[in-house]
Amino acid sequence: MTNGWNDIKNADVVLVMGGNAAEAHTCGFKWVTEAKSGNGAKLIVVDPRFTRTAAVSDLYAPLRPGSDIAFLGGIIHYLLSNEKIFKDYVLAYTNAAFIVKEGFGFEDGLFSGYNAEKRDYDRSSWDYEYDEAGQAKLDPTLENPRCVFNLLKVHYSRYTAEMVEKTCGTPKDLFLKVCELIATTATGAKTLTSLYALGWTQHSKGSQNIRNIAIIQLLLGNMGVPGGGINALRGHSNVQGITDFGLFSNSVPGYLAMPNSKETTLEEYLKTRAFKPIRPDQMSFLQNYRKFFVSFLKAMYGKNATAENQFGFDWLPKVDVNLDTLRQFELMFQGKMNGFICQGFNPLMSVPNRKKLIAGLSKLKYLVVMDPLHTETAHFFENHGEMNDADPAKIATEVFLLPTNCFAEEEGTFTNSGRVIQWHWKAAEPPGQARTDIQIMADLFLRLKALYAKEGGKFPDPIMNVDWSYRNPAKPTADELLREINGRALADLPDPADATKPPIKKAGELMDIFAQLKDDGTTSCANWIYSGCYTEKGNMTARRDPSDPSGKGIHPNWGYAWPANRRILYNRASADPSGKAWNAKKKVIEWNGSRWAGIDVPDFGPLIDPTQKATGPFIMNPEGVGRLFTRGMMREGPFPEHYEPFESPVANPFHTKVQSNPVARVFKGDLEVFGKSEDFPYVATTYRLVEHFHYWTKHAKMNAVLQPELFVEIGEQLAKDKGIASGDMVEVSSNRGRIKAKAVVTKRIRPLVCDGKPVHIVGIPIHWGFIGATKKGFGANQLTPYVGDANTETPEYKAFLVNIKRIGPAA
Amino acid sequence: MTINRREFFRLGGTAVAGTTASALGFGSLEAVAAEVRPYKLARTTETRNTCPYCSVSCGVIIHTTGDGSKNTKAEIVHVEGDPDHPVNRGSLCPKGAALLDFIRSETRVKQPMHRAAGEAGFKPVSWDFVMERVARLMKDDRDANFKQASDDGKTLNHWPTTGFLAGCATTNETGWLTYKAVRSLGIIALDNQARI
Ligand code: SF4
Repeated sequence: MTNGWNDIKNADVVLVMGGNAAEAHTCGFKWVTEAKSGNGAKLIVVDPRFTRTAAVSDLYAPLRPGSDIAFLGGIIHYLLSNEKIFKDYVLAYTNAAFIVKEGFGFEDGLFSGYNAEKRDYDRSSWDYEYDEAGQAKLDPTLENPRCVFNLLKVHYSRYTAEMVEKTCGTPKDLFLKVCELIATTATGAKTLTSLYALGWTQHSKGSQNIRNIAIIQLLLGNMGVPGGGINALRGHSNVQGITDFGLFSNSVPGYLAMPNSKETTLEEYLKTRAFKPIRPDQMSFLQNYRKFFVSFLKAMYGKNATAENQFGFDWLPKVDVNLDTLRQFELMFQGKMNGFICQGFNPLMSVPNRKKLIAGLSKLKYLVVMDPLHTETAHFFENHGEMNDADPAKIATEVFLLPTNCFAEEEGTFTNSGRVIQWHWKAAEPPGQARTDIQIMADLFLRLKALYAKEGGKFPDPIMNVDWSYRNPAKPTADELLREINGRALADLPDPADATKPPIKKAGELMDIFAQLKDDGTTSCANWIYSGCYTEKGNMTARRDPSDPSGKGIHPNWGYAWPANRRILYNRASADPSGKAWNAKKKVIEWNGSRWAGIDVPDFGPLIDPTQKATGPFIMNPEGVGRLFTRGMMREGPFPEHYEPFESPVANPFHTKVQSNPVARVFKGDLEVFGKSEDFPYVATTYRLVEHFHYWTKHAKMNAVLQPELFVEIGEQLAKDKGIASGDMVEVSSNRGRIKAKAVVTKRIRPLVCDGKPVHIVGIPIHWGFIGATKKGFGANQLTPYVGDANTETPEYKAFLVNIKRIGPAA
Repeated sequence: MTINRREFFRLGGTAVAGTTASALGFGSLEAVAAEVRPYKLARTTETRNTCPYCSVSCGVIIHTTGDGSKNTKAEIVHVEGDPDHPVNRGSLCPKGAALLDFIRSETRVKQPMHRAAGEAGFKPVSWDFVMERVARLMKDDRDANFKQASDDGKTLNHWPTTGFLAGCATTNETGWLTYKAVRSLGIIALDNQARI
């Protein structure tokens, strides 16, 4: 979330699309209710199903699963063609005026530079024109036909309301009502907030859904202001934190990148990362990359990281191919993985195509599961009939199930969706012999280290040199780990303004903020964006002062929000170029003549005088402004384009040559099992229920009582066509598998007419498995296709093809 | 009959009252009220924690028996919303409201388990056994498949044949220590639940 949960109350219009906050983020949704009652806000819900969020909306519009880009593109077209944009903001704070290079183009569904064989683009033409000094060229009059604004207009000119109706099945009148309501926030006086979740990300082009809302929010001037922003409602309690800590194949904590093998030295690695500003006056925050990265290496290797050995740069593994979950299971399936460790993750239920997963896990030598619960993944080798068709006698995988504590039995921090890091306290001991994940990881590491010390082996250097100087190496405490994360001075740090003054930090003292980090090895910090969360004043994440002095939902002394305890990101954009709030009601920070000040921590150089320097508000970007055109950062192109899901009932209405995402990765074997609409005529989509959390609450009795068994949801028309009554048992099949479930016939799902043809939707909730307190149930992943978003590899769970038939009366 | 907040939760048995109130109707709650035992949370210790399910991260208060003194064992008897928490202000959804049932779930793992090749089920084993065995398997695989350099001589220093999936309901501190351990081993097949 760029803003936070409480900030939603400041919105004038709330768009929930790609999520169902009332059910999946229930207690956060109360801030939408608050916006409605306290601020007169209007709620728009766009969803294939009339969800419980839709039930309390002011305006609901249905759309066909997987057609979001067409819908959002239609909104952009509406805003541009009706001049419903916040022009001053767009000119000053976006790259609208930037001139794009000759050579960039778009034709027949493809951008310039496509290589069909590689299914990838040469992205070099997706860039600005630069002058001799390396600065991007602008045309503030917006007359140049190659400036971003005009290219944007041309690109979206095809996304008319008629095309939206044809593609999404959303009636044109209803669609235009949505546009009109959204357009009311184009003036700076009112703001729109966007709330989304997996409904936007679990698509083969999910990232481009988010790009579309980013364009909309920039055109409306809704970034950096109260009640605005783009708010991803994340999944698990600490998925935000674990993402921040870079537990990805190619990441380093704090959104830094793992080096690849071409980057043979630290200098070479840093060369392309610490990019320079491309506008005069710009500060480009990431020029500090070296400080963050060297401080991270110091946290990894401690004393052993020295300037002479490039702070241990060679010890970090080099990543050339991103080994994400889908690729890991693909490699397992090919027999190229030997071991697999799952720490509180149940991939047998959550990765697509169950059959492939069982086959893959069966080829492993060893599988280790660390979990408080008996997960299906740990028990994958068991035979549960059609629900888990495995033959234990034929599976040689050695499996270990290690009991861990649950949240109540451990202290430490979670980071919520609004980036607020909150410490929690331990209430009781874990049951039986269960141990904390920290203890297990430390034990494993120390045992391996001892084995290497004793026996030698392949390249023990990083294992021997990693810094493990915890008070009790076998049981590091959460408290000391959080201090390590925050970072500390390793030598006295002189005052940069005046070296004759006493040092700003003495050796050993904790950092106040990442701005104090150094690139010469005199500071260490595991995750720069968390720096400031545990200072000499104490553990900031344990603060529990609920007060909200401004009344705007900032709560500055409750926990600690990264970065720098800032609650609204990009808040410099809430003021005009001269430093005055665009609108007094939406004021966050202003220039007071000598510094930036207000109700939140400025997301800007606090002393940059806007009357002297035209520094842009988006300081993480070398342009200093928000991007309507993303240069080469997205794999599919610098503007979003509508592509059909890999399994779709219709031909792409926008272009005949390119049906689906042209750069999405499809493995051999997976392509062959995509289904065709002749055999699988209905569109399936998966979703969650308010009573359950993924495959977890099915272990809790109360939740099992509330939602005891799997069902699928279909509309009345489809039920009638197929002779299905509510409560009947049905079989839902895709080209990869079949599931059996009870049918629930509802008015919440209706057929949509796309291109003159009715499209029926089958809703599949995801919460059942073969272990727990509920009835046993099939999983949606027995049906779903094995393809992910081209940028993030998030699997396409929200739109695929199935068939459905009645198999009997209620069982 | 008027019911204050605490009594209301107590009557619900667990605090799912939030969603089931309308289904039960207050009439039936009143009937139950006549039979319930005296209020038992009066002498519990309260601990602040966070709901581990979704990223709203609602504040919860965990009630345990005992006062934490020596020779007493804390047992979790109740979980409810933290009324001071700025986001949830005391409320919990049906998931958070039933947290006690997750903590006490019958399907929690209480001791290390091992399944040997071809066997139909798990057998309980000791921590020492599993940790030693896992460390051995990891070391053997690492030693056999660790790649120090590419064919053209570039440094790789990675171990591609053992994968690691991190959870997303573990703490940041766990995440960092895990990061440190797996990267020092050279693991590159690393991912977490963020994508899914
Ligand atoms: S109580 Fe419900 S809304 Fe709150 S964090 Fe838990 S799951 Fe999310």
